[in-house]
Amino acid sequence: MIKAEKLTRKFGDFTAVDHISFEVGAGEIFGFLGANGAGKTTAMRMLTGLLVPTEGEATVAGYDVYEQPEQIKKRIGYMSQKFSLYEDLTVRENIRLYGGIYDLGDQQIKQKSDELVNMLGMKELQNKMIGSLPLGWKQKLAFSVALLHEPDIVFLDEPTGGVDPITRRQFWEQIYKVAEEGTTVFVTTHYMDEAEYCDRVSIMVDGNIDALDTPAGLKEQFDADDIEEVFIRLARGAERGE
Amino acid sequence: MKPISVHHAHKSYGAKEAVKGISFEVDEGLLFGLIGPDGAGKTTIFRILTTLLKPDKGEALVLGLDVVDDYRQIRKHVGYMPGRFSLYQDLSVEENVAFFASVFGTTIDANYDLIEPIYSQLEPFKDRLAGALSGGMKQKLALSCALIHKPEVLFLDEPTTGVDAVSRKEFWQMLHRLKEENITILVSTPYMDEAEQCDRVALMQDGQILSIDTPERITKTFHNQLWAIKTENKYQLIQLLRSYEYAESVQPFGEYVHYTDKREEVQAEHIMEYLKSKGVINPTVVAIAPDIEDTFMRLMEQEETYE
Repeated sequence: MIKAEKLTRKFGDFTAVDHISFEVGAGEIFGFLGANGAGKTTAMRMLTGLLVPTEGEATVAGYDVYEQPEQIKKRIGYMSQKFSLYEDLTVRENIRLYGGIYDLGDQQIKQKSDELVNMLGMKELQNKMIGSLPLGWKQKLAFSVALLHEPDIVFLDEPTGGVDPITRRQFWEQIYKVAEEGTTVFVTTHYMDEAEYCDRVSIMVDGNIDALDTPAGLKEQFDADDIEEVFIRLARGAERGE
Repeated sequence: MKPISVHHAHKSYGAKEAVKGISFEVDEGLLFGLIGPDGAGKTTIFRILTTLLKPDKGEALVLGLDVVDDYRQIRKHVGYMPGRFSLYQDLSVEENVAFFASVFGTTIDANYDLIEPIYSQLEPFKDRLAGALSGGMKQKLALSCALIHKPEVLFLDEPTTGVDAVSRKEFWQMLHRLKEENITILVSTPYMDEAEQCDRVALMQDGQILSIDTPERITKTFHNQLWAIKTENKYQLIQLLRSYEYAESVQPFGEYVHYTDKREEVQAEHIMEYLKSKGVINPTVVAIAPDIEDTFMRLMEQEETYE
């Protein structure tokens, strides 16, 4: 689903992402970890067709990041903690807006909206402004909206920051469910226990991918009890900040 | 006199009640944590205690002074690091610290010993504009500025949010050093694992305090036997446990799933037998002690049942 080969991005003489290579398979939950400033955001922006790489190759959902960024955008979903839904639109209006952006027909949007509010148990809330909902609800809805157009890959940028521990886990169960249905999930997080929920985890340090394996594989390789220990050991050696 | 005491404080924003009658006290020299997710009311409490917001009802005292009547006095004696980076981005590192020192009628040199362990790490960059610093360095600068007038009470609102695991660890080490200077510290965090760094904590949810005690004693209120279970396929394991007739709670936890059972006497073998009967090969089932996050979730669930 994602294939990156020596993918690189420089800003002036600063190399934010330095020749990273990796592949992510269909239906895989791929954890993309790194210290603040390691280059995660830059790498994500290249993979989502928002930033042209300086060097290297990458395809996402079979499309080339240089030649076909617009096709990529149609085949991916995106959600972040910082921005997801419009606070001053209602639940239904947000769904309709995103449905429109992704070119779904009116009939399809209506059907999807009904499905979605039922699935999330939000029927009573459907005409409420997003701004009035608790954060946990917003995040769950934002995730479903990111999947509205049935993308091949969904990019989640710190989706659970500040969310309570029960909702955080419900969120991960949503992730498992869509992965089981075949959607590829590319996720960043600062919660190290969430790294354990991924099929494979990569850890970026100073623009490079310093480690990439299953959680169990990483722990074995670094002789560590948990992913936090692996992460701290790798990130301690980092040269640069944000 | 307790450095911080809050009695039945309420605060609403329009129709939304952010703080619903909260009471707590913090003893001198203690590192006290407000632990809870976004929307729990943590920031509102900080704003009340730092005299930036008046409570609608109830009372809050800092160093024995009332937050409404004696706000000017309080401001001289407390340091505050808000959740959002709020230093002057277009002043240099050194200018920011010098500015905060002069506002409080002191100088960097006069109180250098207190900020030295933190500020010394920033000194190589003292001419850099604050806006151009990395996340970890901004955090250190904000702490230096909050400390420059030798406050007796330090308020830190989510200092580690969005910060990577390494910088978080370093930040807590700095707080432990400050504690040795006998500064009373109130700190908030959404990361449950950080509760264990505090002397006492209040677990908060939805404008209320769920529990308040030392982290060790809070976890002791979790009475059920907790099991950590691991198999090849975690999603399948969660589903199987949820449909187990004796299941009480099933929560993913890192590489394990944490499970409690409704039965009085239950052995690991019982759970293993069930999983094997469903075709799971080689499940791991271990009895474990609950941590703060397990306890927090338990308290949240109880709260919901009462409602």
